[in-house]
Amino acid sequence: MFRQSKFFFPFTIVLLIVILLCAVAFGAVSIPIHDMFSGLLHVLQNKKSANIYEGVFIEIRLPRVLLCTITGAILSVSGVLLQGLFRNPIVEPGLIGTSAGAAFGASIVFVFAIRMSAEIRDLAGPLLVPVFAFGGGLLATFLVYSISKSQKRISVTSLLLVGIAINAIGLSGTGFMSYIARDPQARSITFWNLGTFSGATWPQVGITWAVAIIVFIISFRYSKQLNALILGEEEATHLGVEPEKLKRRIMILSTAMVAVATAFVGVISFIGLIVPHILRLLIGSDNKKLIPASMIMGAIILTVADMGARLLIAPAEVPIGIITSIAGAPVFIFLLKKFNLLQEKGSSYG
Amino acid sequence: MVEIKNAGYAVGKKWLLENISYQFFPGKCYMICGPNGAGKSTLMKLLSLLSIPDVGEVFYNNTKINYTNKEGYSKYRAVLSQQVDISFPMEVEEVVMMGRYPHFKIKPSKEDIEICDEVIELQNLQSFRKRNFLTLSGGERQRVQFARVLSQIWKAPEQGSRILLLDEPISSLDIKYQFDFLKHVQQFLNERTIIIAVLHDLNLALNYADEILLLNKGKLFSSGKPGDVLSPENINAVFQLEFKLHQFNDMQFLWSVV
Repeated sequence: MFRQSKFFFPFTIVLLIVILLCAVAFGAVSIPIHDMFSGLLHVLQNKKSANIYEGVFIEIRLPRVLLCTITGAILSVSGVLLQGLFRNPIVEPGLIGTSAGAAFGASIVFVFAIRMSAEIRDLAGPLLVPVFAFGGGLLATFLVYSISKSQKRISVTSLLLVGIAINAIGLSGTGFMSYIARDPQARSITFWNLGTFSGATWPQVGITWAVAIIVFIISFRYSKQLNALILGEEEATHLGVEPEKLKRRIMILSTAMVAVATAFVGVISFIGLIVPHILRLLIGSDNKKLIPASMIMGAIILTVADMGARLLIAPAEVPIGIITSIAGAPVFIFLLKKFNLLQEKGSSYG
Repeated sequence: MVEIKNAGYAVGKKWLLENISYQFFPGKCYMICGPNGAGKSTLMKLLSLLSIPDVGEVFYNNTKINYTNKEGYSKYRAVLSQQVDISFPMEVEEVVMMGRYPHFKIKPSKEDIEICDEVIELQNLQSFRKRNFLTLSGGERQRVQFARVLSQIWKAPEQGSRILLLDEPISSLDIKYQFDFLKHVQQFLNERTIIIAVLHDLNLALNYADEILLLNKGKLFSSGKPGDVLSPENINAVFQLEFKLHQFNDMQFLWSVV
């Protein structure tokens, strides 16, 4: 099995570059390549954009694509981490409450920020959103984990049911917040539920990339311990891993990056489910390969989905969550069926 | 040397193990026997440091166990469980390499790879190397796990002995591999190795153990030479079954009197 792994990385990296180029070039306005270069050059020289193409490229298209790629990578790696932690292939941040909790946390800031003085808002605003998103996401993830865990194992049924309940709380809380928001800038419930990259800004790109890179590096260092967890918690303990400590850390890492992404782009489901599943079939379950591979693959798939979102009914946009859900829900059902997860027989990739 | 001293372990108010003391010396193979619920698995959990005794102490190589920092022990102590389920597909080779995890940080060293090769060969798993563990039969899986455990403690530590703990290791194996397994265990044993196993089959224990611990109702009922411990009288008392000891050349075996 897994013979493809030798060619996997060179191939996907080239594919990612090609797709990134397509993603910045095509959209409601197509941008010629020479305007991309001159636009970048003008930014480096601290000059204003020379024409509309450069302006669209620097101010709209590039931040959008960069936010999209990193979000894809974040959601996929989070899927890998959480699946390793729950020892289950159907876990992803959208299903176990991380995203909904983060959205709730972020929406609180949007509603109450207008009641604060302008100075506090300008100073703390960009930081408060991710911090509250992190708090909400962590609380939701922890609740789902601890409620669905009975004794040693986590049954799939209880995990999904508790996930539904916590998601409902998170999403209705978010809905309530956007309902009572008086600020015309406050985001709509559609934004939170279905996600969009249309409002991407450079500060958002900066914060998300910074958090993601830190989390990726740390989680890569945990890949060996996560592998040991594949054998089960007792066996991992015999190999020198402390499962409780590891699980706490992984949960915090995963939530931190998902929360930041969710605060800026809303809830995007199923990416964290599809990408790890495809990759396990292609290159196996070794987290040392799986974590970097899902960074690349997640970036590719979400960027393609966002191109779809922009181009399908251009110049209007489809919310990206609609596209990922249409593609992801069948994969989810397929996984449930394939591994007999509904019959409580446990999972088997055999 | 492994030592357990005045150890007791309770769940709620019920003592699963009471006042157990024993010294396990290198170069010997110890087997723990007893009826269901006698406390065999609990004793194994204390010896493998999975559980912390409520009273008493455990020592590895003459040092008292520090339960807050257990990482170092996995370099010379390995545990094989009755059955190991893995949650995602992995190649046999990858599973065996996990045994070396306590010995390297990110990348396996040349020595780690050599040890894995050696163990794979020893367990006759060459043709399985690239197979998906989840497609193997129960017996094949157990051999792969045994290979992983052997690779974990392939070399004895600089000081003291390596410790191999086996918790009902052969229940899932057919009769040929049961004997094969015990042969490998005997080959693994040397003056720098301590082996402690929980075994259900009294006849195998009788013929393969150097010393036997017979547990009953959470207490150490009897211990010492196999022939003395597994006497018909003791077995009668512990299992409430009438057994007779038969001698056949230099083999001994127990059979119930029906």
